[in-house]
Amino acid sequence: MKHLTKKVIKVSVTGVSGILLLLVSLPLIAAQVGTPRSGGELVFAVGGTPPSFDGHRETTFAMLHPVAPHYSTLLRFDLFKYPKIVGDVAESWSVSKDGLTYIFKIRKGIQFHDGTPLTSKDVKATYDKIVFPPQGVASSRQAYYAMVDTIETPDANTVTFRLKRPSSSLLANLASPWNFIYKAELLEKDPRWYEKNVMGTGPFVFVEHVPGSHWVGKKNPNYFLKGRPYLDGYRAIFIRDTAPRVAAIRSGQALVEFRGFSPAARDDLVKALGNKIVVKESSWICNLTVVFNNEKKPFDDPRVRRALTLAIDRWEGSKALSQISLMKFVGGMFRPGAAFATPEAELVKLAGFSKNIEGSRREARRLLKEAGVPEGFSFTLKNRNIREPYEVTGVFVIDQWRQIGLNVTHIQQEGGPYFDDFRQGNYDAGIDFNCDFMDEPDYQLLKFLSSDKSPLNYARYKDPVLDDLYEKQGAAANLKERIKLLRQFEKRALDEQAYQFHILWWQKINPHWAKVRGYANVPSHYFMHLGDIWLAE
Amino acid sequence: MHQYIIKRLLLMIPTLLGVAVLVFLMLRVAPGDIVEMKYAGTGAFAPKEALERERAQLGLDKPLWQQFANWMWGIVQLDFGTSMWTGRAITYEIGIRLELSLQLALMATFIAVLISVPLGTLAAIKQDSWVDYFVRVFSIAGLAIPSFWLGIIILLGFLIFFQWLPPLTFTSFWVDPRANLIQLIWPALAVGYRYSAVATRMTRSAVLEVLREDYVRTARAKGLGEWVVLIRHALKNAMLPVITVIGLEFAFLVGGLVVTEQVFNLNGIGKLFVEAISQRDYTMVQSLVLLTSFVFIFVNFMVDIINAFLDPRIRYQ
Repeated sequence: MKHLTKKVIKVSVTGVSGILLLLVSLPLIAAQVGTPRSGGELVFAVGGTPPSFDGHRETTFAMLHPVAPHYSTLLRFDLFKYPKIVGDVAESWSVSKDGLTYIFKIRKGIQFHDGTPLTSKDVKATYDKIVFPPQGVASSRQAYYAMVDTIETPDANTVTFRLKRPSSSLLANLASPWNFIYKAELLEKDPRWYEKNVMGTGPFVFVEHVPGSHWVGKKNPNYFLKGRPYLDGYRAIFIRDTAPRVAAIRSGQALVEFRGFSPAARDDLVKALGNKIVVKESSWICNLTVVFNNEKKPFDDPRVRRALTLAIDRWEGSKALSQISLMKFVGGMFRPGAAFATPEAELVKLAGFSKNIEGSRREARRLLKEAGVPEGFSFTLKNRNIREPYEVTGVFVIDQWRQIGLNVTHIQQEGGPYFDDFRQGNYDAGIDFNCDFMDEPDYQLLKFLSSDKSPLNYARYKDPVLDDLYEKQGAAANLKERIKLLRQFEKRALDEQAYQFHILWWQKINPHWAKVRGYANVPSHYFMHLGDIWLAE
Repeated sequence: MHQYIIKRLLLMIPTLLGVAVLVFLMLRVAPGDIVEMKYAGTGAFAPKEALERERAQLGLDKPLWQQFANWMWGIVQLDFGTSMWTGRAITYEIGIRLELSLQLALMATFIAVLISVPLGTLAAIKQDSWVDYFVRVFSIAGLAIPSFWLGIIILLGFLIFFQWLPPLTFTSFWVDPRANLIQLIWPALAVGYRYSAVATRMTRSAVLEVLREDYVRTARAKGLGEWVVLIRHALKNAMLPVITVIGLEFAFLVGGLVVTEQVFNLNGIGKLFVEAISQRDYTMVQSLVLLTSFVFIFVNFMVDIINAFLDPRIRYQ
């Protein structure tokens, strides 16, 4: 009996200890395996300051990172399954067979931070401002919604978009992180109210903004997604320069920066912080291109432009440049790895993308000779005076052209004169950039449309064939047909005409403290859904 | 004395007007404008009409003389307008940064005076001794080392040895003096050292010069103690050029700590200056140039008044 009692006590003690141990270690285990935990303030660095707070107007990530957590959008990208689109304030949606009517059902029970309910009227007022902005109100992405004819609200929970023509990109555009849902009543009173004020339905409520210093938000207790957000709040610290931004992460005063660091900064942080830091790397929907002034001789000759793209060894350049800069991925019109990207086997057939660089350069020399460009021909390459990745890339390209006997002078300029020269056509060749928030041909092809159709095109040419292909791909009936049109566009723009061409696509490097969890690795720095992020300690 | 002060005050007006005309024209002559920077700078798809609309909204479509007249009329009414970049009032944007910049300038000046006056005087008294050599090396090193570089070294030291950085956001001294001083003492030391180097050298040479004057010899001949001679007769006169140097340096610090503010991520006037210039924020740059010019002129004026107070000969001139 005594023996049995001892045994029972032993088993009980062991059991209770086990349960206690389990209870004590549950949070730790949870944190390790990734079960979200509530609480804490996320401090992150932002490499700029927001000009205004209006997402419809602004174009910089420096506005999105601190301001977006206060807002919801109609749809959004599921960042863990990018580019899958899910509803945000929209509960569900349907598209008519002819592709001209989109009906969205709005979730019930969503409240603005002032406690008033969100209805379809607010969604309509928001999109009316984006698609049909009133006089004196800037809408930076209005052009992407040219297919929208009307926006209607049959009832308080339904919004209908009627289109003039079918669109392959409307749903993705409605998931744009810029399209904050605003309150109709406030817009009615003053369509520019949101430039200086915040009132949304997002996971965080506005607390404080000190211009040039920081931005603070706290948890929205009435957020419509139950259990979210996990964080009690966040603090965005504005740090314009890279070195203090890296130092802020290294010291732990900031836990993450959502834009991206250079390989050198990554190595520095990893060396200093060891396993306290996690590095997320991916390709980035950003690239640098070489642009030619197609109105100037000899760049008006496609043979010359083709020779200049043929001379660039992108594959070897990728290996070298990716060690010291953001430049890494070899790709054509679309981000390598994205659904629309040209497979490598096809890509290498385009001028400048072949792996046989000797053959390409022989062809380049032949084309230059045929076009009457003498050995040692001199011209200038205009570039921004930003080291990373512009300066490095400029030096690389000049070296590549030197190898086919060209003598190129690198002119680096501050932003003002650089854009002014591009706009005025006061250049021979230049380094240009492109950064989009999503993989979408409607965005990535824009730079290549005729310059009277696209203000992003500084190359000063008109090509109705490209313009026509652009329209057709945007209204393509299915993906197969769209991809076929995209390949034709790519072939003409990069290979046959080579008006302007990609050098390399960027790599996105995000080192962050290991205790920051729920941060999805997406190829765009415009996304950072703070509602999903939590702190493990 | 009153006439002297009024005359100096009135002279400020044409000087500031000249500065206003110059900065206004120079900004307009430089290629590229704020609208271009705002949209093209971020790769935004902005048609020409949208850019023109934005320019019109900012008043950039008006003739230059009209833009200038509007600006001047605003200043007369003490309305500096709004920042073209953020749309917020310029007085608000500058106001939230001025406290930090002024405090930093004051702290650096305090550190500089604390170091330079005793060291410079000591070096003069002990001329050509090891003390003098030490002070000379110390001050020449201060002149040779840029304050932002010293700031970087301080920060790297903290990061490498303590994995620590001073706070990245500003807390007012009146809210939390400890947090405030923990943030600002390091840049103040970095800036104050260079500043003290200039003032130390000036103090040393001024004291040396004064110590050779007849009135000092007379004071000694009267049998006054060496400290009395030094403090009452020599130092008071030697301070004239030192005060001028300290005043000019202080005025420079209010808007000139561009790189140091960036190194320490301080939200001050210098950092605002750089951002405004790179963004082509005309109204902000114009106002900042006017403000720093005013500080320069006003500090110069104050230095002259102090000099006049210390040296009666200046008043009679």
